[in-house]
Amino acid sequence: MDSGSNFTALTTLWIKECTRFLRIWIQTLVPPAITMTLYFVIFGSLIGERIGQMGGFTYMEFIVPGLIMMAIITNSYANVSSSFFSAKFQRNVEELLVSPVPTWAIILGFVGGGVARASLIGIIVTAVSLFFVDVNIHSVAIIVVTLLLTSILFATAGLINGIFAKTFDDISVVPTFVLTPLTYLGGVFYSLTLLPEFWQWVSKANPIVYMVNGFRYGFLGVSDVNVFVSLGLLVVFNLVLFSLAYVLLQRGTGIRS
Amino acid sequence: MHALNISGLKKVYKGGVEALKGVDLQVEQGDFFALLGPNGAGKSTTIGIISSLVNATQGKVNVFDFDLDSQKAAAKACIGLVPQEFNFNQFETLQQIVINQAGYYGVPRSEAKQRAEKYLKQLELWDKRNARARELSGGMKRRLMIARALMHEPKMLILDEPTAGVDIEIRRAMWTFLREINEQGITIILTTHYLEEAEMLCRHIAIIDKGRIVENTSMKSLLAKLNVETFVLDVKCSGEPVLEGFTTRMTDANTLEVDVPKTTGLNPVFSQLDQQGVQVMSMRNKSNRLEELFVRLVESGREEGAE
Repeated sequence: MDSGSNFTALTTLWIKECTRFLRIWIQTLVPPAITMTLYFVIFGSLIGERIGQMGGFTYMEFIVPGLIMMAIITNSYANVSSSFFSAKFQRNVEELLVSPVPTWAIILGFVGGGVARASLIGIIVTAVSLFFVDVNIHSVAIIVVTLLLTSILFATAGLINGIFAKTFDDISVVPTFVLTPLTYLGGVFYSLTLLPEFWQWVSKANPIVYMVNGFRYGFLGVSDVNVFVSLGLLVVFNLVLFSLAYVLLQRGTGIRS
Repeated sequence: MHALNISGLKKVYKGGVEALKGVDLQVEQGDFFALLGPNGAGKSTTIGIISSLVNATQGKVNVFDFDLDSQKAAAKACIGLVPQEFNFNQFETLQQIVINQAGYYGVPRSEAKQRAEKYLKQLELWDKRNARARELSGGMKRRLMIARALMHEPKMLILDEPTAGVDIEIRRAMWTFLREINEQGITIILTTHYLEEAEMLCRHIAIIDKGRIVENTSMKSLLAKLNVETFVLDVKCSGEPVLEGFTTRMTDANTLEVDVPKTTGLNPVFSQLDQQGVQVMSMRNKSNRLEELFVRLVESGREEGAE
């Protein structure tokens, strides 16, 4: 197909993916808004007031960027892993396999759906946070770039999970046993400087630390790690996962016999 | 130029099951072609490879001279697939399903909407355009898959048992529709278990068994090979009639099966039965002609293979 046709195929898949998560908005958009409201009430207002300052900001101001990032990570991953696996399960992924849609467009279509959902949830959670705190913005560019790179990364990771998954259990294993612990230990609720030096080093092996801190830098202008290292790592991780997803789909792993 | 040209196609699945053992097949442009075979013969694997759902182990597939390996996109654009199992998103509406499918082939949305109206109307689904696919009856779901396969206006339509499980009225309406689009120039390849369907619709036929093509010819010449036909007669008689020149079997006290050579005809059967005082109450073919031939070809292929 020519580039115009490829673009039509890509936008078709992207619109289809957006329509999917908007159609089931009660499952996809409402839960993160409720969860984050509870975090803001409990950790921000009730407990946060007793904690006092962190990194030079109130505890509420400190955790808002991390909580937004947590919602972005969880939802971009879940959107694509669930959508791709459902397409495999219902066999409608065959609609794509029989058609001349290039592999890169299939990846971008699914990932684009995950990014759209994550961005929308980022906006919703930010709007909710405004009821509790005045949100500072240090650099819009850093916020947008970190949001996009992180949601692309976890949407691609969700796609790879969906490619390998054989049962619905397989798409909940990684979020439960890998993603959630890494996110909670990724500096969402605390500054790494509170940890003993050894655990600071251990924490720096957690990639989510770089995303949370990069995002927090965009809002507050403070970070436990160098923000350019964060962005650099995000670019590298994205290239690695995109290449992996491309190879897997080209080979037909999990979708062709 | 052939619509489809397959040479030396082999498929070995993980675990060592050899589904195709070197299939060679050509389908002419504009043909209505039947691919028949018993369950597990390799029909769906062959179709799966042609439509890029299954990776071939070895062999070449050309679709309208486009190599499926090196010119994949062009080859795929020529094919419309109606698979055996329902494989659309059950939660999407009919319009969404067909419009999206056109989009995957690069058809712009405005054009896709016009085509959706055209094909959903042709397949009598337009009234249901905003219904979710899961709300449709089995026959409607089959027609939806045909409409979806036509959305990018392919040159060749492959239907894998399209009338399985649909009632006779819908089946006949689908036959009429398929004949019409074939007359418009679309090459059709059909697999079916209803051999009557293949006999009525198709001009050429290939029979596949155990991963090999055991017959590939025109329907006329295949049926010409049928030199014996079996008739079942409901009779009233006191003992087993003896028919000189015919092989007979009494399957119960009132049912006589007679193998009638094509060159002989039925007159000698009736005259001999009349002479023996046997009353013939009714008569029918044991199975349709193609079915009989199909069983013989598959059985003879297996006997040869066993040697």
